[in-house]
Amino acid sequence: MTESGTPRMFQRDENFASVFAPGSPPRQVESPFADEPLWVVTDWADARVVLSDADHFSRGRIEFQGMDAERVRKLRAGMLLAQDPPDHTRLRRMLTGEFTVRRIRSLEPRITEIVDDHLNALERIGPPADLVAHFALAIPSLVICELLGVPYDDREAFQDRAARTIDFTLDDEERRRVGDESRDYMGILVRRHRQHPGDDLLSRLIGAHASGGGEDDLSDDELIGIGNLLLIAGHETTSNMLALGTLTLLRHPDQLAVLRSDPDGWPVAVEELLRYLSVVHTALPRVVTADVTIGSTRVAEGDLVAVSLPAANRDAALAEDGDDLDVLREVTNHVAFGHGIHHCLGAPLARAEMLIAFPALFQRFPRLALADPDPTSVAYRKRTFIYGLTELPVTW
Amino acid sequence: MTLEVDRYICVGAGNCVLAAPEVFDQDDDGLVQLLQTDPAADQQEAVRRAASRCPSGAILPD
Repeated sequence: MTESGTPRMFQRDENFASVFAPGSPPRQVESPFADEPLWVVTDWADARVVLSDADHFSRGRIEFQGMDAERVRKLRAGMLLAQDPPDHTRLRRMLTGEFTVRRIRSLEPRITEIVDDHLNALERIGPPADLVAHFALAIPSLVICELLGVPYDDREAFQDRAARTIDFTLDDEERRRVGDESRDYMGILVRRHRQHPGDDLLSRLIGAHASGGGEDDLSDDELIGIGNLLLIAGHETTSNMLALGTLTLLRHPDQLAVLRSDPDGWPVAVEELLRYLSVVHTALPRVVTADVTIGSTRVAEGDLVAVSLPAANRDAALAEDGDDLDVLREVTNHVAFGHGIHHCLGAPLARAEMLIAFPALFQRFPRLALADPDPTSVAYRKRTFIYGLTELPVTW
Repeated sequence: MTLEVDRYICVGAGNCVLAAPEVFDQDDDGLVQLLQTDPAADQQEAVRRAASRCPSGAILPD
Protein backbone atom coordinates (compact mmCIF):
# COMPACT_ATOMS: atom_id res chain seq x y z
CA MET A 1 0.00 0.00 0.00
CA THR A 2 3.00 2.26 -0.05
CA GLU A 3 3.54 4.18 -3.21
CA SER A 4 6.42 6.04 -4.71
CA GLY A 5 6.56 9.61 -3.49
CA THR A 6 5.41 8.79 0.02
CA PRO A 7 8.22 9.73 2.41
CA ARG A 8 9.53 6.67 4.26
CA MET A 9 8.60 8.37 7.49
CA PHE A 10 4.93 8.22 6.42
CA GLN A 11 4.91 4.65 5.13
CA ARG A 12 3.17 1.76 6.91
CA ASP A 13 2.66 -1.88 6.06
CA GLU A 14 -0.69 -3.68 6.09
CA ASN A 15 -0.45 -4.04 9.89
CA PHE A 16 0.32 -0.34 10.32
CA ALA A 17 3.99 -0.99 11.15
CA SER A 18 6.45 1.72 10.21
CA VAL A 19 9.19 0.85 7.71
CA PHE A 20 11.76 1.44 10.46
CA ALA A 21 12.71 -1.48 12.70
CA PRO A 22 11.67 -0.86 16.32
CA GLY A 23 14.43 -0.74 18.92
CA SER A 24 17.27 0.03 16.48
CA PRO A 25 20.02 2.59 16.88
CA PRO A 26 19.23 5.95 15.26
CA ARG A 27 20.03 6.26 11.57
CA GLN A 28 19.85 9.08 9.08
CA VAL A 29 17.18 9.08 6.38
CA GLU A 30 15.75 11.55 3.90
CA SER A 31 13.49 14.01 5.67
CA PRO A 32 9.92 14.71 4.60
CA PHE A 33 10.25 18.14 6.18
CA ALA A 34 13.48 19.65 4.88
CA ASP A 35 16.42 19.11 2.54
CA GLU A 36 18.74 18.00 5.32
CA PRO A 37 18.90 14.35 6.42
CA LEU A 38 17.06 13.36 9.57
CA TRP A 39 18.07 10.97 12.35
CA VAL A 40 15.23 8.56 13.04
CA VAL A 41 14.85 7.18 16.55
CA THR A 42 12.96 3.88 16.88
CA ASP A 43 14.11 2.66 20.29
CA TRP A 44 11.49 3.34 22.97
CA ALA A 45 13.94 4.36 25.68
CA ASP A 46 15.87 6.59 23.24
CA ALA A 47 12.59 8.11 22.13
CA ARG A 48 11.70 9.05 25.70
CA VAL A 49 15.11 10.66 26.18
CA VAL A 50 14.99 12.66 22.95
CA LEU A 51 11.44 13.83 23.56
CA SER A 52 12.01 14.84 27.17
CA ASP A 53 15.42 16.53 26.85
CA ALA A 54 14.41 19.89 25.42
CA ASP A 55 17.84 21.34 26.26
CA HIS A 56 19.63 19.07 23.78
CA PHE A 57 16.77 18.45 21.36
CA SER A 58 15.12 21.76 20.64
CA ARG A 59 11.90 22.55 18.82
CA GLY A 60 12.35 26.29 19.25
CA ARG A 61 15.62 26.46 17.36
CA ILE A 62 14.33 24.65 14.27
CA GLU A 63 14.75 26.99 11.32
CA PHE A 64 11.90 27.71 8.97
CA GLN A 65 13.37 27.43 5.50
CA GLY A 66 12.76 29.92 2.72
CA MET A 67 10.64 32.38 4.66
CA ASP A 68 11.12 36.00 5.61
CA ALA A 69 11.49 36.98 9.25
CA GLU A 70 8.02 38.48 9.58
CA ARG A 71 6.39 35.32 8.32
CA VAL A 72 8.43 33.16 10.67
CA ARG A 73 7.47 35.39 13.59
CA LYS A 74 3.77 34.92 12.75
CA LEU A 75 4.16 31.18 12.30
CA ARG A 76 5.87 30.80 15.64
CA ALA A 77 3.46 33.00 17.60
CA GLY A 78 1.29 30.85 19.86
CA MET A 79 2.68 27.72 18.22
CA LEU A 80 3.62 25.76 21.33
CA LEU A 81 5.18 22.99 19.27
CA ALA A 82 7.74 25.40 17.85
CA GLN A 83 8.98 26.72 21.19
CA ASP A 84 11.33 25.85 24.03
CA PRO A 85 11.06 26.85 27.69
CA PRO A 86 10.50 29.45 29.00
CA ASP A 87 8.40 30.65 26.03
CA HIS A 88 6.72 27.28 25.76
CA THR A 89 6.08 27.10 29.51
CA ARG A 90 4.33 30.48 29.50
CA LEU A 91 1.83 29.37 26.85
CA ARG A 92 1.35 25.83 28.11
CA ARG A 93 0.49 27.14 31.58
CA MET A 94 -2.30 29.22 30.11
CA LEU A 95 -3.85 26.15 28.50
CA THR A 96 -3.38 23.19 30.84
CA GLY A 97 -6.36 24.19 32.97
CA GLU A 98 -8.63 23.72 29.96
CA PHE A 99 -7.64 20.08 29.52
CA THR A 100 -7.50 18.68 33.04
CA VAL A 101 -8.97 15.25 33.62
CA ARG A 102 -11.71 16.87 35.72
CA ARG A 103 -12.50 19.48 33.10
CA ILE A 104 -12.76 16.88 30.37
CA ARG A 105 -14.97 14.73 32.59
CA SER A 106 -17.41 17.63 32.76
CA LEU A 107 -17.59 17.57 28.96
CA GLU A 108 -18.45 13.87 28.81
CA PRO A 109 -22.25 14.28 28.87
CA ARG A 110 -22.05 16.61 25.89
CA ILE A 111 -19.64 14.28 24.06
CA THR A 112 -22.04 11.38 24.69
CA GLU A 113 -24.88 13.47 23.25
CA ILE A 114 -22.81 14.30 20.17
CA VAL A 115 -21.90 10.63 19.68
CA ASP A 116 -25.55 9.58 20.02
CA ASP A 117 -26.65 12.24 17.53
CA HIS A 118 -24.17 10.93 14.98
CA LEU A 119 -25.19 7.32 15.53
CA ASN A 120 -28.82 8.35 15.02
CA ALA A 121 -27.83 10.14 11.83
CA LEU A 122 -26.03 7.03 10.59
CA GLU A 123 -29.15 4.97 11.21
CA ARG A 124 -31.20 7.46 9.23
CA ILE A 125 -28.74 7.40 6.32
CA GLY A 126 -28.67 3.60 6.35
CA PRO A 127 -25.94 1.27 5.17
CA PRO A 128 -23.58 1.48 3.43
CA ALA A 129 -22.29 4.72 4.92
CA ASP A 130 -18.90 6.37 5.17
CA LEU A 131 -17.81 6.12 8.78
CA VAL A 132 -15.11 8.75 8.35
CA ALA A 133 -17.40 11.54 7.19
CA HIS A 134 -20.37 10.69 9.42
CA PHE A 135 -18.66 9.55 12.58
CA ALA A 136 -14.87 9.48 12.91
CA LEU A 137 -14.24 12.99 11.61
CA ALA A 138 -17.61 14.51 12.43
CA ILE A 139 -17.50 13.86 16.19
CA PRO A 140 -14.04 15.21 17.12
CA SER A 141 -14.64 18.08 14.74
CA LEU A 142 -17.84 19.16 16.48
CA VAL A 143 -16.29 18.62 19.91
CA ILE A 144 -13.22 20.78 19.29
CA CYS A 145 -15.27 23.45 17.49
CA GLU A 146 -17.67 23.70 20.43
CA LEU A 147 -14.79 23.74 22.89
CA LEU A 148 -13.02 26.54 21.05
CA GLY A 149 -16.15 28.45 20.08
CA VAL A 150 -16.13 27.95 16.31
CA PRO A 151 -19.61 28.56 14.87
CA TYR A 152 -21.31 25.45 13.50
CA ASP A 153 -21.61 26.87 10.01
CA ASP A 154 -17.85 27.37 9.72
CA ARG A 155 -17.05 23.78 10.50
CA GLU A 156 -16.86 22.34 7.03
CA ALA A 157 -14.38 24.92 5.82
CA PHE A 158 -12.39 24.16 8.94
CA GLN A 159 -12.26 20.42 8.38
CA ASP A 160 -11.05 21.07 4.87
CA ARG A 161 -8.30 23.48 5.99
CA ALA A 162 -7.18 21.16 8.80
CA ALA A 163 -6.80 18.29 6.33
CA ARG A 164 -4.90 20.43 3.84
CA THR A 165 -2.56 21.78 6.51
CA ILE A 166 -1.01 18.35 7.04
CA ASP A 167 -1.20 17.22 3.39
CA PHE A 168 2.31 16.86 2.00
CA THR A 169 1.04 16.39 -1.56
CA LEU A 170 0.37 20.14 -1.70
CA ASP A 171 3.17 22.32 -2.99
CA ASP A 172 4.70 25.07 -0.86
CA GLU A 173 2.58 27.76 -2.46
CA GLU A 174 -0.66 25.91 -1.70
CA ARG A 175 0.40 25.12 1.85
CA ARG A 176 1.24 28.76 2.39
CA ARG A 177 -2.18 29.73 1.12
CA VAL A 178 -3.93 27.29 3.46
CA GLY A 179 -1.89 28.69 6.35
CA ASP A 180 -2.90 32.24 5.44
CA GLU A 181 -6.56 31.28 5.11
CA SER A 182 -6.49 29.57 8.52
CA ARG A 183 -4.84 32.55 10.18
CA ASP A 184 -7.23 35.02 8.55
CA TYR A 185 -10.21 33.02 9.72
CA MET A 186 -8.85 32.64 13.24
CA GLY A 187 -8.15 36.39 13.32
CA ILE A 188 -11.81 37.07 12.60
CA LEU A 189 -12.82 34.59 15.29
CA VAL A 190 -10.53 36.22 17.87
CA ARG A 191 -11.98 39.66 17.14
CA ARG A 192 -15.52 38.26 17.36
CA HIS A 193 -14.85 36.60 20.73
CA ARG A 194 -13.21 39.73 22.05
CA GLN A 195 -16.41 41.68 21.33
CA HIS A 196 -18.86 38.94 22.29
CA PRO A 197 -17.26 36.54 24.77
CA GLY A 198 -18.96 33.17 25.09
CA ASP A 199 -18.53 30.06 27.20
CA ASP A 200 -15.60 28.73 25.21
CA LEU A 201 -11.86 28.28 25.43
CA LEU A 202 -10.95 31.17 23.16
CA SER A 203 -13.15 33.60 25.09
CA ARG A 204 -11.73 32.41 28.42
CA LEU A 205 -8.20 32.75 27.08
CA ILE A 206 -8.89 36.28 25.92
CA GLY A 207 -10.56 37.14 29.23
CA ALA A 208 -7.76 35.76 31.37
CA HIS A 209 -4.67 36.50 29.28
CA ALA A 210 -5.41 39.01 26.58
CA SER A 211 -7.54 41.83 27.83
CA GLY A 212 -5.70 43.44 30.71
CA GLY A 213 -2.94 45.14 28.74
CA GLY A 214 -0.33 43.38 30.87
CA GLU A 215 3.13 42.76 29.49
CA ASP A 216 2.61 39.00 29.67
CA ASP A 217 -0.64 39.22 27.72
CA LEU A 218 -1.16 37.15 24.59
CA SER A 219 -0.96 39.05 21.32
CA ASP A 220 -3.57 38.50 18.63
CA ASP A 221 -0.97 36.59 16.62
CA GLU A 222 -0.47 34.28 19.59
CA LEU A 223 -4.20 33.75 20.05
CA ILE A 224 -4.47 32.94 16.35
CA GLY A 225 -1.57 30.48 16.59
CA ILE A 226 -2.99 28.74 19.65
CA GLY A 227 -6.46 28.55 18.13
CA ASN A 228 -5.17 27.07 14.88
CA LEU A 229 -2.95 24.57 16.61
CA LEU A 230 -5.76 23.30 18.84
CA LEU A 231 -8.17 23.08 15.94
CA ILE A 232 -5.84 21.09 13.74
CA ALA A 233 -4.77 18.87 16.63
CA GLY A 234 -8.40 18.31 17.56
CA HIS A 235 -9.45 17.40 14.03
CA GLU A 236 -6.66 15.29 12.75
CA THR A 237 -5.79 12.96 15.57
CA THR A 238 -8.84 11.53 17.30
CA SER A 239 -10.68 11.28 13.99
CA ASN A 240 -7.97 9.08 12.52
CA MET A 241 -7.83 6.99 15.69
CA LEU A 242 -11.60 6.42 15.49
CA ALA A 243 -11.47 5.42 11.82
CA LEU A 244 -8.34 3.25 11.97
CA GLY A 245 -9.34 1.85 15.36
CA THR A 246 -12.69 0.72 13.99
CA LEU A 247 -11.01 -0.82 10.96
CA THR A 248 -8.50 -2.57 13.20
CA LEU A 249 -11.13 -4.03 15.51
CA LEU A 250 -13.22 -5.21 12.56
CA ARG A 251 -10.14 -6.99 11.29
CA HIS A 252 -9.57 -8.60 14.69
CA PRO A 253 -13.00 -10.02 15.53
CA ASP A 254 -11.54 -12.11 18.37
CA GLN A 255 -10.29 -8.93 20.04
CA LEU A 256 -13.57 -7.15 19.48
CA ALA A 257 -15.36 -10.12 21.04
CA VAL A 258 -13.27 -9.65 24.19
CA LEU A 259 -14.53 -6.09 24.47
CA ARG A 260 -18.10 -7.03 23.73
CA SER A 261 -18.06 -9.49 26.61
CA ASP A 262 -16.28 -7.06 28.95
CA PRO A 263 -16.99 -3.39 28.23
CA ASP A 264 -14.86 -2.45 31.26
CA GLY A 265 -11.89 -3.44 29.12
CA TRP A 266 -12.19 -0.38 26.87
CA PRO A 267 -9.75 1.90 28.74
CA VAL A 268 -6.97 -0.68 28.40
CA ALA A 269 -7.97 -1.42 24.80
CA VAL A 270 -7.89 2.27 23.83
CA GLU A 271 -4.31 2.58 25.12
CA GLU A 272 -3.38 -0.51 23.10
CA LEU A 273 -5.00 0.96 19.99
CA LEU A 274 -3.08 4.20 20.58
CA ARG A 275 0.15 2.21 20.80
CA TYR A 276 -0.60 -0.15 17.93
CA LEU A 277 -1.79 2.52 15.50
CA SER A 278 0.35 5.50 16.57
CA VAL A 279 -1.43 7.67 14.03
CA VAL A 280 1.10 10.49 14.31
CA HIS A 281 3.91 9.11 12.14
CA THR A 282 6.63 11.11 13.77
CA ALA A 283 7.25 13.55 16.53
CA LEU A 284 8.17 16.88 14.94
CA PRO A 285 11.92 17.07 14.27
CA ARG A 286 14.20 18.48 16.94
CA VAL A 287 17.50 20.23 16.28
CA VAL A 288 20.50 19.07 18.31
CA THR A 289 21.85 22.02 20.35
CA ALA A 290 25.20 20.45 21.34
CA ASP A 291 27.01 17.22 20.42
CA VAL A 292 25.35 14.39 22.34
CA THR A 293 24.77 10.64 22.18
CA ILE A 294 21.46 8.90 21.67
CA GLY A 295 22.00 5.40 23.08
CA SER A 296 25.51 4.88 21.75
CA THR A 297 25.08 6.91 18.58
CA ARG A 298 26.81 10.25 18.39
CA VAL A 299 24.78 13.10 16.91
CA ALA A 300 26.25 16.52 16.22
CA GLU A 301 25.12 20.03 16.99
CA GLY A 302 22.81 21.19 14.22
CA ASP A 303 21.66 17.69 13.24
CA LEU A 304 17.94 17.05 12.97
CA VAL A 305 16.34 14.24 14.98
CA ALA A 306 12.85 12.78 14.77
CA VAL A 307 11.17 9.93 16.59
CA SER A 308 9.16 7.38 14.64
CA LEU A 309 6.29 6.99 17.10
CA PRO A 310 4.89 3.81 15.48
CA ALA A 311 8.35 2.20 15.55
CA ALA A 312 9.15 3.19 19.14
CA ASN A 313 5.74 1.96 20.25
CA ARG A 314 6.48 -1.54 18.91
CA ASP A 315 9.85 -1.81 20.63
CA ALA A 316 9.98 -5.01 22.70
CA ALA A 317 11.25 -2.92 25.61
CA LEU A 318 7.76 -1.42 25.77
CA ALA A 319 5.58 -4.21 24.42
CA GLU A 320 6.56 -7.78 23.73
CA ASP A 321 5.40 -8.97 20.31
CA GLY A 322 4.56 -5.36 19.65
CA ASP A 323 3.37 -6.09 16.12
CA ASP A 324 0.43 -7.96 17.61
CA LEU A 325 -2.72 -6.22 18.73
CA ASP A 326 -3.69 -7.36 22.20
CA VAL A 327 -6.52 -5.41 23.78
CA LEU A 328 -5.76 -6.96 27.15
CA ARG A 329 -2.18 -5.70 27.11
CA GLU A 330 -1.71 -3.12 29.84
CA VAL A 331 0.70 -0.75 28.17
CA THR A 332 0.38 2.73 29.49
CA ASN A 333 3.67 4.45 28.84
CA HIS A 334 3.55 4.35 25.08
CA VAL A 335 4.63 7.47 23.22
CA ALA A 336 1.59 7.85 20.96
CA PHE A 337 0.93 11.22 22.65
CA GLY A 338 4.63 12.05 22.68
CA HIS A 339 6.66 12.57 25.82
CA GLY A 340 8.33 15.50 27.56
CA ILE A 341 7.13 19.08 27.60
CA HIS A 342 5.33 18.79 24.26
CA HIS A 343 3.25 15.77 25.36
CA CYS A 344 -0.20 16.12 23.80
CA LEU A 345 -2.18 18.73 25.71
CA GLY A 346 -5.46 17.27 24.53
CA ALA A 347 -4.76 13.66 25.53
CA PRO A 348 -7.52 13.59 28.18
CA LEU A 349 -9.99 14.89 25.59
CA ALA A 350 -8.86 12.37 22.97
CA ARG A 351 -9.18 9.53 25.47
CA ALA A 352 -12.64 10.66 26.55
CA GLU A 353 -13.86 10.88 22.96
CA MET A 354 -12.56 7.40 22.14
CA LEU A 355 -13.88 5.88 25.36
CA ILE A 356 -17.33 7.19 24.56
CA ALA A 357 -17.39 6.74 20.77
CA PHE A 358 -15.95 3.22 20.31
CA PRO A 359 -18.23 1.36 22.74
CA ALA A 360 -21.28 3.31 21.57
CA LEU A 361 -20.56 2.50 17.93
CA PHE A 362 -20.14 -1.23 18.47
CA GLN A 363 -23.12 -1.38 20.79
CA ARG A 364 -25.42 0.43 18.39
CA PHE A 365 -24.33 -1.64 15.40
CA PRO A 366 -23.49 -5.14 16.66
CA ARG A 367 -23.14 -6.35 13.08
CA LEU A 368 -20.91 -3.52 11.91
CA ALA A 369 -18.75 -4.68 8.99
CA LEU A 370 -16.65 -3.28 6.17
CA ALA A 371 -18.81 -2.64 3.09
CA ASP A 372 -15.99 -4.05 0.96
CA PRO A 373 -14.06 -6.79 2.76
CA ASP A 374 -11.23 -6.65 0.18
CA PRO A 375 -8.26 -5.25 2.16
CA THR A 376 -6.89 -3.51 -0.94
CA SER A 377 -10.04 -1.41 -1.14
CA VAL A 378 -9.22 0.58 2.00
CA ALA A 379 -8.47 4.22 1.21
CA TYR A 380 -5.48 5.28 3.27
CA ARG A 381 -4.18 8.81 3.47
CA LYS A 382 -0.72 8.36 2.09
CA ARG A 383 1.21 11.54 2.28
CA THR A 384 -0.11 13.24 5.34
CA PHE A 385 1.76 13.91 8.53
CA ILE A 386 -0.89 11.97 10.44
CA TYR A 387 -1.98 8.52 9.29
CA GLY A 388 -5.61 7.84 8.52
CA LEU A 389 -8.32 6.91 6.09
CA THR A 390 -9.99 9.09 3.51
CA GLU A 391 -13.16 7.03 3.85
CA LEU A 392 -14.39 3.86 5.52
CA PRO A 393 -17.59 2.49 3.97
CA VAL A 394 -19.39 0.25 6.45
CA THR A 395 -22.60 -1.74 6.67
CA TRP A 396 -24.52 -3.02 9.72
CA MET B 1 7.20 5.26 50.15
CA THR B 2 7.57 8.99 50.34
CA LEU B 3 6.34 10.93 47.38
CA GLU B 4 7.11 14.37 46.03
CA VAL B 5 5.96 16.20 42.95
CA ASP B 6 7.63 19.04 41.07
CA ARG B 7 4.93 21.48 40.07
CA TYR B 8 7.51 23.67 38.39
CA ILE B 9 8.21 21.15 35.64
CA CYS B 10 4.69 19.66 35.50
CA VAL B 11 3.11 20.06 32.03
CA GLY B 12 -0.43 19.19 33.08
CA ALA B 13 -0.89 16.10 30.91
CA GLY B 14 -3.06 14.46 33.57
CA ASN B 15 -1.53 11.01 33.12
CA CYS B 16 -0.93 10.70 36.87
CA VAL B 17 -4.60 11.33 37.64
CA LEU B 18 -5.54 8.49 35.32
CA ALA B 19 -2.90 6.16 36.74
CA ALA B 20 -3.51 6.82 40.44
CA PRO B 21 -6.61 8.96 41.04
CA GLU B 22 -6.49 8.44 44.80
CA VAL B 23 -3.03 9.94 45.01
CA PHE B 24 -2.88 12.63 42.34
CA ASP B 25 -5.11 15.48 41.32
CA GLN B 26 -4.77 18.58 39.16
CA ASP B 27 -5.45 22.13 40.35
CA ASP B 28 -7.51 24.55 38.25
CA ASP B 29 -4.42 25.36 36.19
CA GLY B 30 -3.89 21.69 35.45
CA LEU B 31 -0.79 21.30 37.61
CA VAL B 32 -0.25 18.21 39.71
CA GLN B 33 -1.47 18.18 43.30
CA LEU B 34 -0.76 15.47 45.83
CA LEU B 35 -3.76 14.08 47.69
CA GLN B 36 -1.39 12.15 49.94
CA THR B 37 2.37 12.19 50.43
CA ASP B 38 2.61 8.78 52.00
CA PRO B 39 0.65 6.40 49.74
CA ALA B 40 -0.45 3.11 51.23
CA ALA B 41 1.15 -0.14 50.08
CA ASP B 42 -1.73 -0.95 47.73
CA GLN B 43 -1.23 2.39 45.95
CA GLN B 44 2.49 2.17 45.39
CA GLU B 45 2.42 0.28 42.13
CA ALA B 46 -0.04 2.79 40.70
CA VAL B 47 2.22 5.62 41.90
CA ARG B 48 5.22 4.09 40.12
CA ARG B 49 3.12 3.70 36.99
CA ALA B 50 2.15 7.35 37.26
CA ALA B 51 5.81 8.33 37.60
CA SER B 52 6.71 6.32 34.52
CA ARG B 53 3.87 7.81 32.53
CA CYS B 54 4.56 11.38 33.57
CA PRO B 55 5.89 13.15 30.46
CA SER B 56 7.91 15.72 32.37
CA GLY B 57 9.33 13.61 35.20
CA ALA B 58 7.44 15.63 37.78
CA ILE B 59 6.52 12.69 39.97
CA LEU B 60 9.25 11.61 42.34
CA PRO B 61 8.64 8.51 44.44
CA ASP B 62 11.66 7.56 46.54
